[in-house]
Amino acid sequence: MLKNRIIPCLDVKNGRVVKGINFVDLKDAGDPVEQAKIYSDGGADEICFLDITASNEKRDTIYGVVEKTSKRCFVPLTVGGGVRGVEDINKLLNCGADKVSINTAAVQNSEVVVESSKKFGSQCIVVAIDAKKNSDKWEIYTHGGRNNTGIDAIEYAKKMEDSGAGELLVTSMDRDGTQVGYDIDLMSKISSKVNIPVIASGGVGNLDHLVDGIKLGKASAVLAASIFHYGKHSVKEAKEYLDSKGIPVRI
Amino acid sequence: MNVTIVDYNSGNISSVINSFKEVAKDKVNIEVTSDLNKIKSSDKIVLPGQGSFKSCVDALKNINGLVDTLNEFAISNKKPLLGICVGLQMFADIGYEETETKGFGWISGKVSKIDNQNGKFKLPHIGWNEINITKNSKIFKGIENKSHMYFVHSYEFVPEDKNVISATTDYSSNIVCSVEKENIFGTQFHPEKSDKIGLKIIDNFINL
Repeated sequence: MLKNRIIPCLDVKNGRVVKGINFVDLKDAGDPVEQAKIYSDGGADEICFLDITASNEKRDTIYGVVEKTSKRCFVPLTVGGGVRGVEDINKLLNCGADKVSINTAAVQNSEVVVESSKKFGSQCIVVAIDAKKNSDKWEIYTHGGRNNTGIDAIEYAKKMEDSGAGELLVTSMDRDGTQVGYDIDLMSKISSKVNIPVIASGGVGNLDHLVDGIKLGKASAVLAASIFHYGKHSVKEAKEYLDSKGIPVRI
Repeated sequence: MNVTIVDYNSGNISSVINSFKEVAKDKVNIEVTSDLNKIKSSDKIVLPGQGSFKSCVDALKNINGLVDTLNEFAISNKKPLLGICVGLQMFADIGYEETETKGFGWISGKVSKIDNQNGKFKLPHIGWNEINITKNSKIFKGIENKSHMYFVHSYEFVPEDKNVISATTDYSSNIVCSVEKENIFGTQFHPEKSDKIGLKIIDNFINL
C-alpha cells in the first residue's frame, strides 16, 4: 500500500537555515545540510528546501547547499524558491535535487511547466500554488504572497496538471505561519479536481493537523516547517501519531 | 572493479551517481560515461532512466552504437546490468508512453499505463510503497519482505514470463517492481532514493 508522506521543509536564506531544529548536540544549527540529515535519519519521506534568498548576488548559494545535501541524504530532495525556468531547473537537478518546485514563473507563463516537464519528466516538476481565500473563491498569489493575480486556484490547479506538473504543492496563504491547521476546504477541493498527488502546506501547529490534511484534505503528502523546528515534534513522533490514527505511513 | 553508470542524457542522474559513490567508497571505481569502449570494458553497468519511455529510447539511439554495445554487454557477454525506472522498462519489447516505441526486447513484455481505475488512484504513483519479494533475487540479499521503496512512475512493465518477476507492489493493481533474468536486473523503484535500504540494494548489485 502506498504510504502518505511527511515532508519537513527548511527555509534557506543565503545558504543558511532561517528557522531550524534547536538541538544541543548540533554543531551548526544554521547548516541546512546538517538539518536535512537529521530529518532523513529521523524518517522523513522527502526533504524540501525553500530558498528565500532575496538578493540576486547570493542566489547561487542554494546550489552548493543542494549539492552537499544530496551527497548525504538518500531520500528525495525538492528545491523551490526563485525558480524561473529550464535553466534554473537544470542547474538544481545537476546539483542533486530530485524535484524542483515552480511558483511565480508557472503563473506568469504556464509554458515553463510544459517545457520543463517535457525536458526533465513530470516526476521532477512540482508546481507550488499559493492561494488565499477572497469571498467565495481562492485566488493565486505570487512573489511570496505579495501579488494577487485574481486567478482561480482550483481552475489553475487543473491547468497545471494538464501542463505536465507531476505534483502540486498547495499552500494556504491565510493559514501559513498561523499554526491553526491547513485550509482543509482548499486542499480537498484541489485534490478532488486533479488526478495528480497534492502536498498540503501552510498552517500546521500540531500533529492532528497532519491527520486532518490527509483524512479530510485528501492530500497524498503533508509538508510542515515549524512543528519540526526547535524539536517541538520529531518526524518519528509525527509518523507514530499518524499510524495510531490509522493513516498508512512508512515506519 | 569498474561499475559504469551510462550517461545518455536521460535526465537527472545525479542521485544515482551520488548513491553509487556513497556505497562504493574507495573500493569500487564508479564511472559515469557514454563512451562505448569504457562501457564495454566495465564489469557492471547501471542504466538509469527518467522521463518518458520514448524520450529515453530516443536518447539512447542518439548515441551511435550505444544500443549495440548494451546488447553485447548484457546479452552476448552476460555481464551484470541494473536498470532503474525507465532503465528497467526499456528491457521490454514495446512501450506505449507518448507513442508506440520499441524497447530492447531483452525480457518479453510491454510497458503500459497503470490502470488508475477511472481516477480513483492518483498518477504518477509517487511515494513509498512496500515491495512483495516473490523470488530470491541476488540484489535482495538482506532485504526484508515488505520493505519500503521510493516510487515515481505512471507506467508499468508487464513481462510475459512471470518467472522473471522478483518483486511486486500493490497500488491500483499488483505492479511488477523488480525483475531478474540471469545477469539482467531491474527495479521500477528508485534504490538511490530509498534511504539505507535502497543503498543496500545498490551494495548487493556492486558485490554480485
